[in-house]
Amino acid sequence: MIARITLAAVTAALTAAALAGCGSATNTSASTDSSPGTSPGSAAAAAGSSFPVTLTAANGRVTIKAKPVRIVSLAPTATEDLYAVGAGSQVVAVDQNSDYPVTAKKTSLSGLTPNLEAIAKYAPDLVISYQDANGLVSGLAKLGIPVLIEPPAATLADAYAQIDQIGQATGHLTQAQKVVATMRTQIAAEVKQAGSSHPGLTYYWELTANPYYSVTSSTFIGQIVGLFGLKSIADAADKASDGGYPQLSPEYIVKAQPQIIFLADNQAADGGQTPAVVAKRPGWSAIPAVKDSEVIGLNDDIASRWGPRLPQLVEQIAQAVERASG
Amino acid sequence: MIRARGRRLPAARAYGVAAAFLVAATLVSALVGAADLNPAATIAALLDKIPFVHLPSSLDQLDRAVLFQIRLPRIVLGALVGGLLAVAGAGYQGVFRNPLVDSGMLGASAGAGLGATLAIVYLSQLGPAAVPVAAFAGSLAGVAIAYLSGAVGGSGTATLLLAGVAVGLFLTAVQTYIMQRSAQDLQQIYSWLLGSLSGATWQQAAEILPYAAVSVAIVLLHGRHLDVLSVGDEEARALGVHPRRVRLIVVAACALAAASAVAVSGLIGFVGIVVPHVVRRLAGPSYRLVLPLSLLVGAGFLVLADALARTVVSPAELPIGVVTALVGSPVFVWILRSTSAVRT
Repeated sequence: MIARITLAAVTAALTAAALAGCGSATNTSASTDSSPGTSPGSAAAAAGSSFPVTLTAANGRVTIKAKPVRIVSLAPTATEDLYAVGAGSQVVAVDQNSDYPVTAKKTSLSGLTPNLEAIAKYAPDLVISYQDANGLVSGLAKLGIPVLIEPPAATLADAYAQIDQIGQATGHLTQAQKVVATMRTQIAAEVKQAGSSHPGLTYYWELTANPYYSVTSSTFIGQIVGLFGLKSIADAADKASDGGYPQLSPEYIVKAQPQIIFLADNQAADGGQTPAVVAKRPGWSAIPAVKDSEVIGLNDDIASRWGPRLPQLVEQIAQAVERASG
Repeated sequence: MIRARGRRLPAARAYGVAAAFLVAATLVSALVGAADLNPAATIAALLDKIPFVHLPSSLDQLDRAVLFQIRLPRIVLGALVGGLLAVAGAGYQGVFRNPLVDSGMLGASAGAGLGATLAIVYLSQLGPAAVPVAAFAGSLAGVAIAYLSGAVGGSGTATLLLAGVAVGLFLTAVQTYIMQRSAQDLQQIYSWLLGSLSGATWQQAAEILPYAAVSVAIVLLHGRHLDVLSVGDEEARALGVHPRRVRLIVVAACALAAASAVAVSGLIGFVGIVVPHVVRRLAGPSYRLVLPLSLLVGAGFLVLADALARTVVSPAELPIGVVTALVGSPVFVWILRSTSAVRT
């Protein structure tokens, strides 16, 4: 959960320096030198035998000499990507927040405050994280260990490119491309069914309660909900310094009258702000979303990652949109 | 004990000023907020609630929900918390004959912080309601540990204070360790530590009211004892006051007051230190006046601070602990500079 964009943005606002690196602004879309991933061109890469390979990740050009067989993932999204593209058997350790898939080899490693010695102990030949903290990239470079930094995606295209890149880095580009194609198809189907134009509908996306942090329409999440033509109530409150994640007072939220509320702090471990808890908040019963029971408790993990399970999130949003517009 | 330079107000006038400050703070706070309610209609709606007063107000259903379910409970809770913290601060200062003591000392804040952190990290299955209970218990436990450790070391107030500092540092270290171990809860813990009234409900106000009433009543009844204590333990004993007994009772009552405040608002600093000092400048050093006036001024101060917290970066909010410290620190320095003598 720690690698969540949301938490990163929010915590950065609070603890500035330590976490500033993983905010949404740091995005460099992942791309590959030999092929732009989605193009069906390079046959060698597709065959998964094109090592050494040089990729361009958020931390610059990274060369992987041979097919990695001892991978350490310090990011929950990267872990999901690795297993989805079929590189699971090459993974030797994942960080403490990588809880999906359950078969992943969870350890006490941390992506937030990585301990280089603890990582080196696994003798990895590839390390993937979402941010370059504690001198991760330069430190492991001294040991000859390549590191891929795959930061929080700013767009869906970024998320797809990261899956492609992780596929290529591990020798599974073909399956990575299949994963992306399936995601595209599933998401397109959901959008088609629920409709992409709902000009009257607004939503409030809750990252945390007390204080209430939300997302604007221009964030990664905002774009996904925007596929259905919905607007975030946070748009009007956004300031440049918020980076798309403004804090809202309860008065503002009640006055904004959103028709749908999405809770990304719904599960017990993330604050336990369930739809029932939200309905009991003072004054919130005046919100259309609360009156019409359109308060959606999301799977917080999926909602805060940018991995292969995104279609499940889109499906949950689509169902809410269909009900609210019907 | 601090002797203020300048004129002192007579008691009746001082009560008047303090009460007027609280009323003004409440009114200002009721009229500002992210929802931009019409001020005239808001005042009409508020007056309408007074028995036998009937005023039409143009506030619609939604505006009423904002005013009566979000803004007002917050003001009431802010007043309660501010009054409790100020009284607890003044009480501690009297007990320890030390103007630098705050309601958060003696392990109270550190204990509450540890309690809340434990609840957020390990009791998340119980839901958000577990946090205030754990903070309340932690705060009381912190003071109890500090008091027992200090009492073993000897009878002096300095020993007790030092024990409080040591216990506080220890509990904070434990809390920091747990925070480091559970990075995914950092944001939740930080927001709690910085203090906020943003989740205020009528229910919260009702829940802390009994503790508030009992603890404040006990402290207020000991104003005369604290005045006697201020001349020293020996002299107090000669005058028929038992220093240790008074100290234990007042510390317990102050701990209860601070714990109730902390449970619903998180850690809010500086109220307990600044408010009693302002009051002393206003009305002189007698605790018979300082205690009740601190209750009123503390309530007004926190209500005003929360109004700032809600409006300065609207529609976002500042943590109220940031506002009280931002306003509190300069005020405190100004008071230190303009008081003629500090006797402890």
